[in-house]
Amino acid sequence: MPECAEEIFVTGLVQGVGFRPFVWRLAQKLGLRGYVSNRGDGVRIVVAGPPERVAALVDALASPPPRARIVALKRSMAQDEGWQGFTIQASQPGTVQAGIVADMAVCPACIAEIADKKDRRYQYAFTNCTDCGPRFSIVTGIPYDRARTTMAAFAMCPACGAEYANPQDRRFHAQPVACPVCGPRLTFVSGPKGSNPVVGDGALDHAVSSLLAGQVVAIKGIGGFHLACLAGSEAAVAALRERKNRPTRPLAVMVRDMAMAEDYAHFCAAERQALEDVSAPVVLVCQRRERAFASNVAPGMERVGLLLPYTPLHVVLMQKIGQPLVMSSANRSGQPQVVHNAEALESLQGVADAWLMHNRPIARRLDDSVVRVLDGQARVLRRGRGLAPEPLPLPALMAKSPPVLAMGGDLKAAFCLTQGGRALLSHHLGDMAQLATEQAMLAALADYRALFGQTSAIVAVDAHPGYRSRAVGQKLAEDQGWQLETVWHHHAHIAATMAENGWEQGPVLGLGLDGTGYGPDGTLWGCEILMCDYAHMTRLGRLATVPMPGGEKAAREPWRMLLAHLDNALGAEEACKVQAQLCALKDKPVDALRSMVRAGVNAPLTSSAGRLFDAMAAFVGTAPTRLSYEGEAAMQLEALAERAEGACEPLEFGLHLCGTLLEIDPAPMWRAGLHRLAEGVAAPELAWAFHAGLARVLAKAAGQLARRKGLGTVALAGGVMHNGVLVGLLVPLLQAAGLRVLLPAHVPAGDGGLAVGQAAVAAYRHSQA
Amino acid sequence: LAHGGGGSAMRSLIDEVFLAAFTQGSPAVQEDQARLDLTTLAQAGDRLAFTTDAFVVEPLEFPGGNIGTLAVCGTVNDLAVGGATPVALSAAFVLAEGLELALLRRVVEAMARSAAQAGVRIVTGDTKVVPRHACDGLFVTTSGVGVIRPEHTISIAAGQPGDVVLVNGTLGDHGAAILCARGDLALQTHLQSDCAPLNTLVDTLLRAVPGVHCMRDATRGGVAGVLSELAEASNVLVTVNEAALPVHPEVEGVCEILGLDPLFLANEGKLVAVVPACHAEHALAAMQSHPLGRNAAIIGTLQASASGQGAVHVVNEFGGARVLTMPSGEQLPRIC
Ligand SMILES: [Fe+3]
Ligand SMILES: [Mg+2]
Ligand SMILES: [Zn+2]
Ligand SMILES: [Zn+2]
Repeated sequence: MPECAEEIFVTGLVQGVGFRPFVWRLAQKLGLRGYVSNRGDGVRIVVAGPPERVAALVDALASPPPRARIVALKRSMAQDEGWQGFTIQASQPGTVQAGIVADMAVCPACIAEIADKKDRRYQYAFTNCTDCGPRFSIVTGIPYDRARTTMAAFAMCPACGAEYANPQDRRFHAQPVACPVCGPRLTFVSGPKGSNPVVGDGALDHAVSSLLAGQVVAIKGIGGFHLACLAGSEAAVAALRERKNRPTRPLAVMVRDMAMAEDYAHFCAAERQALEDVSAPVVLVCQRRERAFASNVAPGMERVGLLLPYTPLHVVLMQKIGQPLVMSSANRSGQPQVVHNAEALESLQGVADAWLMHNRPIARRLDDSVVRVLDGQARVLRRGRGLAPEPLPLPALMAKSPPVLAMGGDLKAAFCLTQGGRALLSHHLGDMAQLATEQAMLAALADYRALFGQTSAIVAVDAHPGYRSRAVGQKLAEDQGWQLETVWHHHAHIAATMAENGWEQGPVLGLGLDGTGYGPDGTLWGCEILMCDYAHMTRLGRLATVPMPGGEKAAREPWRMLLAHLDNALGAEEACKVQAQLCALKDKPVDALRSMVRAGVNAPLTSSAGRLFDAMAAFVGTAPTRLSYEGEAAMQLEALAERAEGACEPLEFGLHLCGTLLEIDPAPMWRAGLHRLAEGVAAPELAWAFHAGLARVLAKAAGQLARRKGLGTVALAGGVMHNGVLVGLLVPLLQAAGLRVLLPAHVPAGDGGLAVGQAAVAAYRHSQA
Repeated sequence: LAHGGGGSAMRSLIDEVFLAAFTQGSPAVQEDQARLDLTTLAQAGDRLAFTTDAFVVEPLEFPGGNIGTLAVCGTVNDLAVGGATPVALSAAFVLAEGLELALLRRVVEAMARSAAQAGVRIVTGDTKVVPRHACDGLFVTTSGVGVIRPEHTISIAAGQPGDVVLVNGTLGDHGAAILCARGDLALQTHLQSDCAPLNTLVDTLLRAVPGVHCMRDATRGGVAGVLSELAEASNVLVTVNEAALPVHPEVEGVCEILGLDPLFLANEGKLVAVVPACHAEHALAAMQSHPLGRNAAIIGTLQASASGQGAVHVVNEFGGARVLTMPSGEQLPRIC
């Protein structure tokens, strides 16, 4: 039977993900000859054998290892050079591009080993293989090998060394491979300042006892420490909240397995898939009414963030505990998550009762990623452990640009580097108002640029004059002699959605809904209908503007926005009459606020959607006087809307032309809302009717403008697009209006994804010259 | 008040209002210039300090003072924080036609009072009356000279790592009082401007701690403005302890409602002093011994800047720190 020879060139995410051993095992199984090698921008497979077996190999490439993603596969004829067997060729130094992948959840094969009493890794908390385990969180340099990870200090024992060297083994070239003989060990500490440590075997059992006794235990994970406690214990959760100074923000809960997850929440197929994904994110799912965690885990929320054990340590821990655990990032309020042992012992004094640590250092802080299923697909709300630093392909339109550094926004800081047609969006860094975040940003920047060999020439920043990210970017540009590009906030938002969706065909309609972004007219934008391509942004419509009495304070105190909106909608005189009916405005200095609006003292104008949600949350009585975390009021309002029962009429907004802008007028909505409130309509129905009314008017406005401008596609972006009720109502209405809808999935719709849009716009500008 | 070109009506106005107030009984010698005795000046120090400021404020009168108080205190303070003993001031007035004469008298009397309080003479001046539309009420420009003693080398660029930062009292009283006095805000307060000449306080401080490194009066831009300049000029990291900042409860209340930060509000009787750590307690005690320094506090420290660039960090009670930046214009919310 004649044999053929073929060269298969695979590009995408195929390096550093166990792709070559995967091919090797396939070739062995199929009895093919040839070799596989890493080549600059891809993997080259050269095989010889019976044609149907070669075809079988190509078919099998369609289901590669968990991290691998094949973008393109090119087949061509090759010369059979008479190879003996199939080999993995060593990579040429310097030819491997960015072999650094995100951390992976422990795989089923490793879980089986640690459950097996006879296995040498029975209950070993640091078990991993090529398909799973830490990656980005342990890398200290390139090229990626054991010496340049935080495993460098652990010399492999002969047994592990043999696995590492054997292409047939699941651990072939798995850099963090370890076992109880040679690998990292656990330590349990309960006394003050690290006294009474229990090292090794007993450590985990001590932690289990502490947790079962209702204590708060700091547990070292992949990207940082967690604070853990029993999710079913009101007292334990209250203690954790009190000590962390985190009064209301929902806490993530780890469940033992999918079965336990189903006990507490409802899942659709996409949610189940997201939870079980190799990135092991926190997934926001609907809680069951009949079986709940302690009421202070996610107060007021319909949804709760669940995650599965993603390290062997978690697996063993959850097996022994047998009940859900709160897993909240370990930090004091406003501070970044703790990553180092000494730091944990020091800064979590008085926060944690005990510490479960280990001696494998964490190379970089990575918060847990958060995803949510919206419009049938898992979408990233916060990008961290398990997702970063996976690159995203950029549209070919930007290919000619020199490398760009985009600084992102301020509140959900994350930067983006472009390199070779790809965008590297950093992990979530925090709020730039915090000094620690700024320092983390600069450190991460140096880190990414070194790891990926990126050399920026262009820095893109937001236009907001008060953004720290802008100031830092500006300084970098000055110091390094890089070119500075300023990108409007909402242009960047829409461009991020366009870029992620590979958009290349001219302008789209953009719906940018968020808190506030600095606009070209010097006001604060936040509910914008734009016409965008990568070069330009034209404002076609917006929400009618209102003042923000107290500036940033109005973003923290929703009742201020309620007052501003009511005054705007009804006039101050009528608003005075109705304000007595509204709890949110009771005993508030409303006269002082009105006077500051009249006098123009610290009352900037905004067309913000986020502030409208705040106002409505205050209106229905679900908003606290002062928010304890950003987005709290809007999340409460959404949770209320999710509780609405039965059909009710949307609260209709007005829509009219105001100069050249199509303006969404909330005045009719407020009047109708007041009317229904007087009729005794309950808060959940009001909340739902608000979402429905907003979705309706947005779709109507988008439809009109798309027709007028001849646009067929609408791109959605901004933090408000994390709202499931709104997106759930809006997308079908837009589709019914004949529009194709683009939503982001890998890039957060909120400011966490802003950098991608900035990078796309800046790179596009520099591709044209 | 009528628009004049230097006629006899103007002459008598000046005689009556200004000379009466500023000469305080001593015979007025009306030359075209004030004449200061150099020997006396030379005995007081080895350098002459010279400063000027133009004052405009709305409203012209406010709880705790008026534009005249501001004009004298502002110039005296600019001299004092350089370590100079104020000697003499000039005052030039631009008056709008139709200005109420009684108001002008109150302003001039306030100037005389502040000058007396500071122990400084107003020795020369000028007045112009302009059409109503050309000026809003009354503008004052004051200049001042003082003498610096040889041992003082106070400079905004002289801050050293390890130094300690002090203020002589509560932050933002003037800014908050002015906002409330404008009358368009429905805020009832008893706030008074802190407007005061600080030269005797500075004197007390410098006697106790002659080696003060830096001193600035925290006027427009507030204490934040001074700290930013300090950080940049001395190339240091200024770390401010938020909990240590003295703030009058009513100012805090106003800031709470208006969404303002007392660190950025203007003061007219507050200074920031930077002293070596070993003198910090001594400096604090000296300030507190003076009536204008009763609420003095140590608010921060200077450290070497790791980045080689000056910066101001504000540390809160939970240990979190933020970077203090001076807004280029209005402070706009960032929340998204
Ligand atoms: Fe935004
Ligand atoms: Mg001056
Ligand atoms: Zn594995
Ligand atoms: Zn081993």
